[in-house]
Amino acid sequence: MDTPLFVNMEETVSIILFGIGFTMLMLHRNLIKKILGMNIMDTAVYLFLAVKGYINGRMVPIVTNQIQDASAYINPVPSGLVLTGIVVSVSTTALMLALTIRLYERYGSLDLDEILMRAKEEERT
Amino acid sequence: MSMVQNFPFFSIILAMFSGIASSVLDGKRAKHLSLCVIAVTTGMSAAVLRFCMKTGESYTYMMGHFPAPWGNEIRAGALEGLTATLFGLVMFFSVVGGMEHTAADVEGSKQNLFYIMIDLMLSSLLALIYTNDLFTAYVFVEINTIAGCGLIMIRQKGRSLSAAIRYMIMSQLGSGLFLIGLSLLYDVTGHLLMTPAKEAVAVIEAAGLYAVPMLVIMAVVSVGLAIKSGLYPFHYWIPDTYGYATPTASAILSGLVSKGYIFLLIKIFYRVLGRENVIASEIVNVLFVFGLAGMLMGSVHAILEKDTRRMIAYSSVAQIGYIYMGIGLGTQAGMVAAVFHMFTHSATKALLFISAVGLYEVSGDRKDFRSLRGAGYRNPLAGIGFTVGSLSMVGFPMLSGFISKLLFATSALQSPHKMLPTVIALAISTILNAVYFLRLVITLYSIPETSRGQAASPGKSNWKLQLSVVCFILLNLTLGLYSQPIVEWIGSGLAMFD
Repeated sequence: MDTPLFVNMEETVSIILFGIGFTMLMLHRNLIKKILGMNIMDTAVYLFLAVKGYINGRMVPIVTNQIQDASAYINPVPSGLVLTGIVVSVSTTALMLALTIRLYERYGSLDLDEILMRAKEEERT
Repeated sequence: MSMVQNFPFFSIILAMFSGIASSVLDGKRAKHLSLCVIAVTTGMSAAVLRFCMKTGESYTYMMGHFPAPWGNEIRAGALEGLTATLFGLVMFFSVVGGMEHTAADVEGSKQNLFYIMIDLMLSSLLALIYTNDLFTAYVFVEINTIAGCGLIMIRQKGRSLSAAIRYMIMSQLGSGLFLIGLSLLYDVTGHLLMTPAKEAVAVIEAAGLYAVPMLVIMAVVSVGLAIKSGLYPFHYWIPDTYGYATPTASAILSGLVSKGYIFLLIKIFYRVLGRENVIASEIVNVLFVFGLAGMLMGSVHAILEKDTRRMIAYSSVAQIGYIYMGIGLGTQAGMVAAVFHMFTHSATKALLFISAVGLYEVSGDRKDFRSLRGAGYRNPLAGIGFTVGSLSMVGFPMLSGFISKLLFATSALQSPHKMLPTVIALAISTILNAVYFLRLVITLYSIPETSRGQAASPGKSNWKLQLSVVCFILLNLTLGLYSQPIVEWIGSGLAMFD
């Protein structure tokens, strides 16, 4: 139980999740599932960053009770990165969902292959 | 501190705020604002270039009030200034050249949205060029992706929408890999700024620590950015994206967006991972092989293609292959050739897209390249533009494409193991380029078989398109005839990277 994979359990999990999300985004034909995959992939990176920034036994990096000593707090940079990343992934998700709605209204399908086929047929006629 | 040193920051923020302001303006004002901003930022970038050449060194610019290892920074050197100037010029003439078509392709009430996307695209490209911070680079990569997707989907045709979703999916795969690469790098080095991160990488390499994570970081970052710039096996989104967007968008996407990512990759190689480490890790060899494959396969696909714009798009796949081959050579000369080809390709591909549209205008807007028979007589200037662009891509002397091919060939001589494949691939690819480009040019200047009256109406003269074609031809000739100083600037710019 003390192989590196188990000692760094959180990192292992986040990389596995990243792989799952990446594969879903790349290989799934259903657009909604692709978007879900993208979100899993992004969240996995945030988990990785959050784990890396956490230091056992320290506080949230917000000064409330006059403790100025940096060694009392966890590393705030990864948390900031995660927040920024969440904003980015929200906007890309919104854009992809909007595109999906447009395509669904037009072709009545969420299957990317079918959408591409119908778009080609539509152009020919 | 001189005033010029503020210019990189000013140009990024100006482009971004003009995007915000455009959201409350009508289409016409947004267009004028956008053109002004592009012109001003180009001027500023030229001033930065001049300043860096005069002082002979790069400088960093502190953003906010936190000093180096913590805060955010902008960095400007000769190469950054040169790239930003050239990108600005190409963008300006692409917007001018495709203006009439933008007005026709985009719904009336949404005109200003198109120019918001242009402003955001400019801002993100400038930020990718100037930034010295890895996470800022990631954020602007995403802004670039969103703006690019907006530029494609604003033309509400079925094929444009499906092209946009494919573009988005591929870009997200690339961004995801890039982001995990950055996170791993931050984990290993503890820095996001490029300068301290490079020092940390040097310490790690010297101590022989983290060999596998460093390899993974290099691989993941390279593959992520390669997907986003459309290197050969990941090129499936390119033909649809460039073929069905509005002309300005095609010119900008093929000429600038993919180059922005390549520039970022070169910057990360030099300024973070260290060139020697990247060469030692054999990642460059992988890029080299895929670059060669792209050079050949892109041209083969282009020969098989009937639709002119998709043909030009496949030619982009081949040209991106050239650039990665130059990076893959792993020598300083190869890198200079790659950067020069980046400039060549942005100037030439934008010229090809814009002049192809000028030829469509007089040929009843049909896609098949055979419908362009005799179009060179009906729109002479666009015909000349297309011919110049084609000859430049094939590598005709005096034009920029010749210089980049020459640079690739001479730099290949310096790396003995890669010389033979490079030179052979260059020769084959040049012949393949000639096959499809000269076929197009001959079609343009052959007399139509059917009655000449059918599509011979010259239409209203589109002086904006003519003007931009002339400017692109001049840009191409400048790159071709004054290549010596430009190559020197690239060389000194790359030297400033270390």
